[in-house]
Amino acid sequence: MTAGVPLSWYLILSAVLFTLGVAGFVFRRNIITVFMSIELMLNAVNLSFITFSYQLKQVNGHIFSFFVMVVAAAEAAVGLAIILTVFKNRSTLNIDDVSSMKN
Amino acid sequence: MDVILFLIFAVIAVVCGINVVVQSHPISSAISLIGVMGSLAVLYLLLGAEFLAAAQVIVYAGAIMVLFVFVIMLLNAGSETRRGRSFMAQLLGVPLLIAFLGLMAFFVQRLFPGAADVHFGAFRGGTALAVGRALFTQFLLPFEVVSVLILIAILGAVVLARKELE
Repeated sequence: MTAGVPLSWYLILSAVLFTLGVAGFVFRRNIITVFMSIELMLNAVNLSFITFSYQLKQVNGHIFSFFVMVVAAAEAAVGLAIILTVFKNRSTLNIDDVSSMKN
Repeated sequence: MDVILFLIFAVIAVVCGINVVVQSHPISSAISLIGVMGSLAVLYLLLGAEFLAAAQVIVYAGAIMVLFVFVIMLLNAGSETRRGRSFMAQLLGVPLLIAFLGLMAFFVQRLFPGAADVHFGAFRGGTALAVGRALFTQFLLPFEVVSVLILIAILGAVVLARKELE
């Protein structure tokens, strides 16, 4: 039997990717990049689900991960339609310029 | 062999993930995100999730990213301009993020103290057969609810993106 990968490495990789997603979500100003950071976070969580599924020898984590994928697809369709509408009305992709609900 | 494959694709995923955040042009971020998703698909395969690895490539790297690239093209999105960025946000945000990562890594280490190492092929429950069986017996109600969700999402996307009539 060859040497295996410790389980925590997968979970730490998931944590690193999630943190990168949070960083992109917080620091970026382009609305499309912010949206892609959300996708990155969803992917990181999927990796955690599948790692736990491996550890517990159950298929339930795969099902959860599958539903996350479906919701991400629905979210991408609606979110990108919203971005299109915002761009059509305001001609900007900068989230700082879309602040009419601020006051 | 497992360790080598894991390290190669983990490094690719992290480098592409950093690239998603630091690139100023959205199309570069999108290409990097495809790299992250592709390497994650290989890691899913190493964990025994065959069906989800295929779904990851088809749904994420295929469908969703094509949607992103299409919208970037449609809006002719240019590079991000660096203005209005608060210095305080960076000063506080980076240490907070590092603390967040450290905390998560710490708890993750403690989660399964006696966990066995991950070997490719040790878990064979992720085939399309096993996933399909669980999906259509135990998780039938969520599956049906999700189909309604997708229908609503389609209608919402059509309503939001259509041209205004008069």
